[in-house]
Formats: sequence, C-alpha cells, structure tokens
Amino acid sequence: MSPQEIANVLKARFADSILEIKIEGAVDPSIMIAPAAWNEIALFLRDDPAMQFDFAMCASGVDYGKGTLGVVYNIYSMKLNHKVNIKIEVPKSAPEVPSAALVWPAVNWHEREAYDMIGIKFAGHPDLRRILMPNDWEGHPLQKDYKTPEFYQGMKVPY
Amino acid sequence: MGLLDKKFSNSNVIITSLDDLLNWSRLSSMWPMQFGLACCAIEMMATGASHYDLDRFGIFFRASPRQTDVMIVAGTVSLKMATRIKKLYDQMAEPRYVLSMGSCSNCGGPYWEHGYHVLKGVDRVIPVDVYIPGCPPRPEALMEGIMKLQEKIRSESLVKKTA
Repeated sequence: MSPQEIANVLKARFADSILEIKIEGAVDPSIMIAPAAWNEIALFLRDDPAMQFDFAMCASGVDYGKGTLGVVYNIYSMKLNHKVNIKIEVPKSAPEVPSAALVWPAVNWHEREAYDMIGIKFAGHPDLRRILMPNDWEGHPLQKDYKTPEFYQGMKVPY
Repeated sequence: MGLLDKKFSNSNVIITSLDDLLNWSRLSSMWPMQFGLACCAIEMMATGASHYDLDRFGIFFRASPRQTDVMIVAGTVSLKMATRIKKLYDQMAEPRYVLSMGSCSNCGGPYWEHGYHVLKGVDRVIPVDVYIPGCPPRPEALMEGIMKLQEKIRSESLVKKTA
C-alpha cells in the first residue's frame, strides 16, 4: 500500500486519534497520532491482513525544543513491502508514551535509549532502565536544555 | 642485551647490579592488560598481530589485572568506563605502568567540548607514564611508546624512585 492508502485506512478506523498526516512534499511520509491510541493502532498495524507490519526498524526519541518531546517509530512490512512512520508528540512536563515493546520486541532497547537520552517515560515497558548512561546518572543528555554536570562521582567532567 | 655482554669471561659468575637485573627483567616482559575501548584498540591489536609482532618485546596480553604490569588505555574513556578503569588499575600488582594511547585517553580528543559522557584524559583517574599522540596512533607510534616506557623502566632504581 502507498503511504496515502495506509493513512486513509487509519483515518477511517481511528478518526479522532489521527492528528496529522504529512505525505505531499514530505521527504519521508509520516502520520502523527494521539499517544492514548498508540497501543491499539500498533496492534492493528501488526495484525491486520492488509497491513502486516512485522518489522519495527527503529524507534527514536526527539526533543522538539518547544516544550514538547516525541517518539518516531519507523515500521516496515516484510511481507507486503510497505512502510509507515508514526510520530507521537507529548508535553515535556508529562512525557508519557505507551510502550510498543510488547507489540514489537525489537523496540525494547530503542525505547530504553529514548528514555535514557530524551527522558520519555514508556508506560507498560517491561524493563525501562537506562541503556547507555550509568544507572546513577542524573538528567537526560540529549534534551535541548541539558546542562553538562561539573562532576560525576568525583571526576571533573568539563575539559 | 648489552647488559650481559663480556661478563662471562671467567668462571660461571654473572655480575650485575640488582637494579640492572630488576629493570632488565621488568622491561623485557611487560604484560599488558587485554582490553580495548575504541578504534585505538584496533591499532593495538594490529600491533600485537604477526606483522608488527609485540611478542618480540616479551609482550603478551593477559586477561586478568592480577597478571599484568602495563595498562594500555586504548581509546575513549567514558565516565562509565572510568570507574571500571580505576578499579582495574587498583587491582594490578606493583610495579605497574600506564600507557595512554591516542588523543581520547590523553585529553578527551574530539569529545573535548561536547562530550558530556567522556573523561577528558585518563590521567584524571590514574597516573600515566607515557602518552602516545595520534588519532588513532599507528602501530609504529604504539611501539615507540612502548620503547619509551622501556627506557623509563631502565632508568629506575631501588634507592632513587624515578617513576
């Protein structure tokens, strides 16, 4: 299916939860959805015979720098050779996104990285720990307003 | 082997000073710890392999800090790793030496400004004997560093600590 057809199917089924569809002129077409519907949409994308999205290629955290954080899921169907990019945007004050790690186990570590670097809390994630930074690290380093600490465990950090 | 030359002329007695003997044995079998942190480790492995052949210096990589004399810090030291490096260094038996290999472990390298996760020089956690510049240093540079360290060990003394 083309990105437009996929968007049409989703729009028909999850009308209110589809916030924005960017296809014309976009380098990579994307669909913005409401966070609350993500679990339902993910299961539909994976299990519907016309969709069969069986491969989550990537999940990335984003800091949009205007008080919102986001997650982008790049999902692909091996069987039907089509692709969809799902975007979810949440306020920085309550950065909670439903986890897709139980739908596609491959995004487990991607979501841990998004949590570690950006600070998105994935509700329902089976093992939401930091993956790159040490466990006792404070803050999420890839947030736009992140300040590098002066010391970590007695070691000076700045040059 | 200039050390033992012409000392065999009469009888079976070898005469040398204890300093010379200790230094010679130490510098002839520097066993480094077997761990690498980044691309410098690739050059270190190349130096250890047959083409450059560290074995001819008496250098064998050992997997345990208890059996090693030299720590080659080959690569970027992240803050997470720095705590481990400190621990490994503390576990090494004395006399112990540290070779800092490459810009990252010398001073933070390309991460000097924006590397929130990088220790800006391994000498902030452990004392370093020889710094090897380069990004990464070629095997020749690493061998130069090793020979510099041998020179340093050769000049050590029991009574006068030089290191």
